Amino acid sequence: MNVALAKTGTGRAVSDLFTSAEGRLPGSPAVIAVRRQAFETYERLGLPHRRLEEWKYTDLRALVGEVLPLAATPDAAALSRAAEAVKAHGFAGARKLVLVDGMFAADLSDVKALASEVSVKTLRETLEKESGDLLATASTDAMISLNAAMATDGVVVSIADGAQLSAPIQIIHIATAASASAFTRSQLRIGNGVRATIIESFVAAGAAAYQVNDAVLVTIGDNADVAHIRLMDDAPDAVNITSEIITVGANTKLNFFNMTTGGAVSRLQGFITLAGEGSELAVNGVNLLKKTEHGDSTLVVDHAVPHCTSREIFRAVIDDRAHSVFQGRIIVRPDAQKTDGKMMTRALLLSDEAEADNKPELEIFADDVSCGHGATAGALDDSLLFYLRARGLPEKDAQALLIQAFVGEAIEQIADDDLREHVIGIAERWLERRS
Amino acid sequence: MALLEVKDLKVRVEEREILHGLTLTVNEGEVHAIMGPNGSGKSTLSHVIAGKPGYEVTDGQILFKGEDLLEMDPEERAAKGVFLAFQYPVEIPGVATMNFLRTALNAQRKARGESEYSTPDFLKKVREVSKSLNIPQDMLKRGVNVGFSGGEKKRNEVLQMALFEPSLCILDEMDSGLDIDALRIAADGVNALRSPKRAMVVITHYQRLLNYIVPDFVHVMSKGRVVKSGDKQLALELEESGYTQFEDAA
Ligand SMILES: Nc1ncnc2c1ncn2[C@@H]1O[C@H](COP(=O)(O)OP(=O)(O)O)[C@@H](O)[C@H]1O
Ligand SMILES: [Mg+2]
Repeated sequence: MNVALAKTGTGRAVSDLFTSAEGRLPGSPAVIAVRRQAFETYERLGLPHRRLEEWKYTDLRALVGEVLPLAATPDAAALSRAAEAVKAHGFAGARKLVLVDGMFAADLSDVKALASEVSVKTLRETLEKESGDLLATASTDAMISLNAAMATDGVVVSIADGAQLSAPIQIIHIATAASASAFTRSQLRIGNGVRATIIESFVAAGAAAYQVNDAVLVTIGDNADVAHIRLMDDAPDAVNITSEIITVGANTKLNFFNMTTGGAVSRLQGFITLAGEGSELAVNGVNLLKKTEHGDSTLVVDHAVPHCTSREIFRAVIDDRAHSVFQGRIIVRPDAQKTDGKMMTRALLLSDEAEADNKPELEIFADDVSCGHGATAGALDDSLLFYLRARGLPEKDAQALLIQAFVGEAIEQIADDDLREHVIGIAERWLERRS
Repeated sequence: MALLEVKDLKVRVEEREILHGLTLTVNEGEVHAIMGPNGSGKSTLSHVIAGKPGYEVTDGQILFKGEDLLEMDPEERAAKGVFLAFQYPVEIPGVATMNFLRTALNAQRKARGESEYSTPDFLKKVREVSKSLNIPQDMLKRGVNVGFSGGEKKRNEVLQMALFEPSLCILDEMDSGLDIDALRIAADGVNALRSPKRAMVVITHYQRLLNYIVPDFVHVMSKGRVVKSGDKQLALELEESGYTQFEDAA
């Protein structure tokens, strides 16, 4: 009875959302038709709930309930607040591409400073002048369909073959509008032989209780070396559901990292396909959660071809009544012999009411492979805490030092010294907020 | 005034009384040895003085410079000058030794209202002390005690003692697991820290250590009490006759 009511309620809210937003959604009538179709898919599925295997631990009907109306196009005041946020959260030396409340903000972005091998368009202009292709994905996920229906903007980045980018590209999502939603969709086309660092940051500029639904479509060519760092540092009462759909070519190295340090409900769902032989994938992540926060990292690594390796290291630090979810699936297709795939997840529970769910899944259809997973969950070690306190560290500082060491095992996988320090700085600020 | 006064201390662990009324007075500048068989409560005493959670003091008192030590958190005791060199120093992966030393030293200084050490001063001091203790610099870059040998762990404890300059040093079985060369290096480090302002309590099972760190007083512990006190001669007698004579007395 309750469920049926929730479903009707939710369906109606989104339905209103789509009709009222339709006039603001970019694209030709053909594109709008694609959106309408995506929306119908969403409406058929409704908000994901616990009876869906993929969303078992993150029941959006219970946790979120409804999708908020589209945020207004940011005005001058909003943009000036966003400019402050860019200063506060920008990574020094990065070329910034800024999305404010779901709209590309050209004045806050460094488009002119980009290397000549990098081209950037907005999703908006692509949908208006080209086609609706970017709204299509093979996914049957309700939130990705909703994203296709509602996306207002995003960045379409192409990096030409052979480009060696010295400056990272940082896409910064800034929320300035309270109690509103931003839907963004971006594409990263990274050519053969490219060396590049991409950072995606999600932050608030004064906004509370906002919702983000972001999707990023990434293709990486052969012989590339890419670091892709995501920092979900949202306001404490925000909702952020974000999907990464990544295809990796041959002999490429991809170092993918996500850290969640805020948000009432956060989910990163990553679908990474190793489509070329000889590639090395590292997927690392950190969840730092407190109060009643819910953070979910759901990763599907699909070994579609032979001779690739994947390594996943996840660390969750969970305080108060927070809830961390890690779902890691490794698929090894029948042809993908000599696959080497491992994942290891560890949760540190700082309170008796903290909760960690871990669901590893291996779907192996080839016989000559090496795959494995491991998981641990536990509290801070009392004997280590006492040792540090006996040396003069106050209890909170002793805890902080041990927590930093714990998440350090994932963070140290970031190769660039400055970027690693930047990430450590965000983790340190989380620790300071805790005490 | 005595530096440390333990008066009629009774301590329980998990409902079982381990110390049954222990009394011990240590003045500035003195070196006391506490000897006793395994299980007599030596480590328990050192843990209670340092403030390790999990021990219930049911009776008695511990005063440090006249203040009630049992009312203080472990970190407060450390800042006031209590230092315990652990029998089993723990390994702390991911916390670089150098970073740990600096953080701990500055936390103690901050608690005492002193200014933080500047980085060059700190580095100079660590380099000096670690050199005298034969601790290689690259060991300081590793996680605290991670991959250290038994001897290296003990020297790392002495290094901290030298850096923090406590007024009371408690050394719990510093000699366990050390060969004679390692023992000599560690003991030299400890002896270098002897001063009229600093007291030491050297806990050991064997007389051997006391050839290197010569005590002013020796106490024999058995079954949770001090059963005999004397000068260094007592340690030599114990070496001859063993602990069994005290088992009945206790
Ligand atoms: N945490 C503990 N839980 C239960 N018993 C303990 C604990 N710590 C010490 N004991 C007991 O207390 C007694 C004294 O131990 P300890 O202080 O370690 O002696 P020593 O250091 O002299 O060898 C022993 O019988 C030991 O088993
Ligand atoms: Mg002992």
